[in-house]
Amino acid sequence: MLGKLSWYAIPFDQPIPLVTGAVVLVVILAVLVWIVLAGHLPYLWREWITSVDHKRIGVMYTLLACVMLLRGFSDAIMMRAQQALAFHSNGFLPPEHYNQIFSAHGTIMIFFVAMPFVIGLMNLVVPLQLGVRDVAFPTLNSVGFWLTATGALLVNISLVVGEFARTGWLPYPPLSELTYSPGVGVDYYLWSLEISGVGTLVAGINLVTTVLKIRTRGMNYMRMPIFCWTTLASNLLIIAAFPILTATLAMLILDRYLGFHFFTNTGGGNVMMFMNLIWAWGHPEVYILVLPAFGIFSEVISTFSGKPLFGYRSMVLATMAICVISFMVWLHHFFTMGAGPNVNAIFGIASMIIAVPTGVKIYNWLFTMFAGRIRFTTPMMWSIGFMVTFIIGGLTGVLVAVPPADFLLHNSLFLVAHFHNVIIGGVLFGAFAGYTYWFPKAFGFRLHEGWGIASFWFWLIGFYVAFFPLYAVGFLGMTRRMQHYDVAEWKPWLDLASVGAGLVLAGIICQIMQLVVSIRHREELRDVTGDPWDGRSLEWATASPPPVFNFAFMPHVTSEDPYWAMKRRAQVEGDAKEPDYQPIEMPRNSPTGFVCAFFATVTGFALIWHIWWMAIVALIGAYATFVVFAWRDHDEYEIPAEEVARLDRANREARRELVTAAGSV
Amino acid sequence: MNILDPQGPIAAANKTILIDSIAIMLAIVIPTIIAIFAFAFWFRKSNSRAIYWPDWEYSGRLELVVWSIPALTIILLGGVAWIGSHQLDPARPVPGTGQTVTIQVVSLDWKWLFIYPDQRIATVNSLTVPVGSPLHFQLTSASVMNVFFIPQLGSMIYTMNGMVTQLNLRADEVGSLQGLSAHFSGDGFPSMLFDVHVVSEPDFASFAANTVKSNRELNSDVYKSELLKQSVPKEQAAYHLTDPELFGSIATQKIPPGPGPEPSPKEVSNIGAGNVR
Repeated sequence: MLGKLSWYAIPFDQPIPLVTGAVVLVVILAVLVWIVLAGHLPYLWREWITSVDHKRIGVMYTLLACVMLLRGFSDAIMMRAQQALAFHSNGFLPPEHYNQIFSAHGTIMIFFVAMPFVIGLMNLVVPLQLGVRDVAFPTLNSVGFWLTATGALLVNISLVVGEFARTGWLPYPPLSELTYSPGVGVDYYLWSLEISGVGTLVAGINLVTTVLKIRTRGMNYMRMPIFCWTTLASNLLIIAAFPILTATLAMLILDRYLGFHFFTNTGGGNVMMFMNLIWAWGHPEVYILVLPAFGIFSEVISTFSGKPLFGYRSMVLATMAICVISFMVWLHHFFTMGAGPNVNAIFGIASMIIAVPTGVKIYNWLFTMFAGRIRFTTPMMWSIGFMVTFIIGGLTGVLVAVPPADFLLHNSLFLVAHFHNVIIGGVLFGAFAGYTYWFPKAFGFRLHEGWGIASFWFWLIGFYVAFFPLYAVGFLGMTRRMQHYDVAEWKPWLDLASVGAGLVLAGIICQIMQLVVSIRHREELRDVTGDPWDGRSLEWATASPPPVFNFAFMPHVTSEDPYWAMKRRAQVEGDAKEPDYQPIEMPRNSPTGFVCAFFATVTGFALIWHIWWMAIVALIGAYATFVVFAWRDHDEYEIPAEEVARLDRANREARRELVTAAGSV
Repeated sequence: MNILDPQGPIAAANKTILIDSIAIMLAIVIPTIIAIFAFAFWFRKSNSRAIYWPDWEYSGRLELVVWSIPALTIILLGGVAWIGSHQLDPARPVPGTGQTVTIQVVSLDWKWLFIYPDQRIATVNSLTVPVGSPLHFQLTSASVMNVFFIPQLGSMIYTMNGMVTQLNLRADEVGSLQGLSAHFSGDGFPSMLFDVHVVSEPDFASFAANTVKSNRELNSDVYKSELLKQSVPKEQAAYHLTDPELFGSIATQKIPPGPGPEPSPKEVSNIGAGNVR
């Protein structure tokens, strides 16, 4: 009846996951009870859960990322503590638990923190920057978000029901095959990523279509803000790469569930093919993450230097070059697998070539700051911290792209330090910069500067203290994923690294404080005009938060930095006269995404535990949801012209004073 | 285990490439980082002496420089990578003073088996090699993937079931080193350490002569009963190799791959109709 599921699945013998799980469960239940009792449920259902508004979906993606960051970071703290303690001893985590933690940490941080963070920001901002009212497929957008949430939920269920994979964040066979991993851990991994992978793919299709097909008048390709370009590149990569991931994991599923032999030791399987395929997705994946971050930095640096982005065409070219070349370098993840020298050398050089457009970007940001008037706000601090940190990460990255150097550093803690250097210093700093930069746009008030700057310094210093010792210990031959060790020279470095993790914790606490303080003081931090930073692109040309239709009138773009140009024109020509307001049609909300994700969660859980009847019922449910949606009669509603006029007039009034003062802020 | 303290020519060459590459990159990285701080500081908004060009966004000459600097660096480094990849190809024999010693390496759950086919001996978790002689490793895995790595001798390489990889090294100093697995292979992974004893040639000859007299014999039956199952051995066993084809039998899967974990009480209770296993 319940497949492999039994009371044995609950880890009664392991206090850490059990207590954590119980506490989280109590907190979630308490929040739910409060929501219901306080009568917020209809509001949440109407305005958020069923919303197809790209801004709301973007916010929910970002919220998911922030919550999962806490989960992924608690894994990190436990790993650092374990490695600090496990010298000549077993530490406090037995291998089967420690191995789950590092696997979960990587999986969560990449798939459920970094991905939803950048996708959330792209969702929130790109339609606004393009001057349009929504993305190409609003309901599909909601489906994509909720499927991502399903994946995150399944990973977290594994904490208390069963176990998570013990194979690393990429489950290399044959270790991940049934012979060597008979438990449900790898199945949790596979089904969460199959489901959330579909969500990511539809998000990619949606954003590519939006950028290619839906832009306001005059917004041709060479006038798009660079963030839209990096969004386009990143989502093209999603469309090209995620199907590889889905197919590769599906092959492993077939191996594990139906006795196929894609990657098994025996029966003609080829374990190397898994590494080949997973990295054919995996290397583009890091550019999927970092390209949007590059876009965010471009916007932030340009805005806070009070100048257009230097070398815009170079930036576009560099972005698209990275997009293409990132598909030609994946072999550098296994130089030490015994390929011939020609193969290694060619892929090593291809990997280095990516550093050229990346270097160009660094110099273009540098010259954007040159002759500017730099305001050191929190987003700008993240950007400068990024530039310095990322250069170092780039250096160590190019170093491991040299095959003979990689022969010493592959899989070492040097490598671990390198990819944290680029992912924290690049993607995460970018996400935090974007979060602070666009927060007033999403919610109508700014985040508190003091707490923001404090969190930046804790994160920055914490990062260096946590990961530079790992570079050192990598030179001392330490390899990754060691649950215990006996080498005395490693110990002090690992102790120091755990201090760094403590500093990062302080940074995260500052971020939580920043949010709390900002909400309490939101009236003082209110952004009345919709343009709190003296911005340059179109998202600042509407109210904060923007009305559901974004723009009462589709803006007409005549140059790069269109909103900057509008402000200048307004200074010369005075106020434009009030336009003739028209009613606006917007897509109706739909519970399709939420209901689909509910059924997907049940399907995933049932498949993990081999509860076949439940999987079939849930799949039928998901299909029925799709059919019901496909048969809908009304998918839009009309906002009357008076309502549009009322909302727009209020913002025009608030903005009048600002526009005339622009440039002198 | 310090990779910056090489004990053989391969490790020394790897290290030279590593240091040179860092130096080449630092030559542009350090000025760039300084420029970031300098520009950020000088062009701060409160500095009234700094120039402000609100519309300056393009300079053809700067663009040329901007593309050239990283491109030239990469051309230089690409040359290093190309030459280094060929000179340090793990499959390329290393010159040395004595006879080449062939060592067949099998990674098991969770231990290393070293077979010396010419000496007719085999050891577990302990590798003894003569100083100065070319060492030719043939490597395979009995179960999951591992990476064979002696940090101070250089170049690591994967071990995979059903396949044989090649590695050539040389040790130039008598002494003791440590080797390890550099690829996660399951619960016993951190215990996959092995001692490397670099000894003089006469000592190596006597080591081989003593070990071959061992009353513990290694053939495929002993291999299956003592080594193939998952375990972390307490002792470093030494065997007299009676089956010279043992490595070939493992690599060609004539001996089937390791069985993986024995079902725990939890899993036994779960083995039912739904369990494919």
